[in-house]
Amino acid sequence: MRVPGLLLAALLALGASGDARKSGIDFMSPSLQAMQRDDAQNPGQLWVREGQALMARVAANGQRCIDCHAGAALDGVAARYPRLDGRRAITLAGRIDQCRERRLGLAPQGSDGDEVLALSAWLAQRSRGTPIAPDPRLADLRQRGAQLWRQRFGQLNLACTQCHDERAGQRLGGAPIPQAHATGYPIYRLEWQTLGSLERRLRGCLTGVRAEPFAPGAEEWLALEAYLMGRAAGLAHEGVAVRP
Amino acid sequence: MTVRTLIVVPPAIRRGDVFNVRATIGHPMETGHRSDGAGGVVPRDILRRFECRLDGNTVFRATLYPAIAANPIMAFTLRAERSGNLTFTWEGDRGFRHSETVALNVGA
Repeated sequence: MRVPGLLLAALLALGASGDARKSGIDFMSPSLQAMQRDDAQNPGQLWVREGQALMARVAANGQRCIDCHAGAALDGVAARYPRLDGRRAITLAGRIDQCRERRLGLAPQGSDGDEVLALSAWLAQRSRGTPIAPDPRLADLRQRGAQLWRQRFGQLNLACTQCHDERAGQRLGGAPIPQAHATGYPIYRLEWQTLGSLERRLRGCLTGVRAEPFAPGAEEWLALEAYLMGRAAGLAHEGVAVRP
Repeated sequence: MTVRTLIVVPPAIRRGDVFNVRATIGHPMETGHRSDGAGGVVPRDILRRFECRLDGNTVFRATLYPAIAANPIMAFTLRAERSGNLTFTWEGDRGFRHSETVALNVGA
């Protein structure tokens, strides 16, 4: 049975009390939830610390991140990406790479580069508790993302929506299927034993249904990220999340 | 890449109180059993020893093995009679060695 769009819209309009949306943290065990919430246990804090140090590092051209981005100006930004940058949409990781390249003269690393992850983690930490506010100018991109979300992929011929909308809360093998709200990226995933980006997580799902993932940095990842952030609008950003 | 650590000790402790210490280090803990995708094996690179000293006296010590996950967290309890310096040392394969020192403030 297909869930009519109107019903979904009505559910979203009910507000916080009647909101049927649940973050991935609500699908985890109490001990894992505690691991995420306690900064002394959350391994993502290793990257947050490194990101903080990188902000003050002097690059080869004598520039530092904090020369431009001082004080609390960056608080909450992780909840506002992807955004329109000129005529193109850009993710937070893309923005970090762009800034590193243009201002500091460093080579771009992509969303899973060491320094980009550390800076993303530091920004995510400073966005903890901020409601996710998608860029209203990206409606077209979100629509493209929604289309990909409903498109069947791979040898298993599955669409994202079949698990994460229609079967959310049920189990795949032993693991609960979450609703896939991107509220805590970059995440420390226990399966990876490291920090990773949303693009990496989406790639995992695509290889999981035995599809060939899109090329690194492809437009499709951006569209899916824009769609997912729109879908999670209003949910609180969790900072650097831990996931099983 | 620089070594990342995260050490949490209570900021103020009363003499004789039992308190929690948590020490996390960023380390891949490569088991030595994984394939490198080209017919070979990724060589083992793990931490072997962890030691915590209070002013030179060992107060906690652990031996680590390949089955321990990456970025290991050491959580243990201590009791201190006086202030001092807690030194955390991790040693591992390929000559890895990293130390961090944290001041311990014990009040009356």
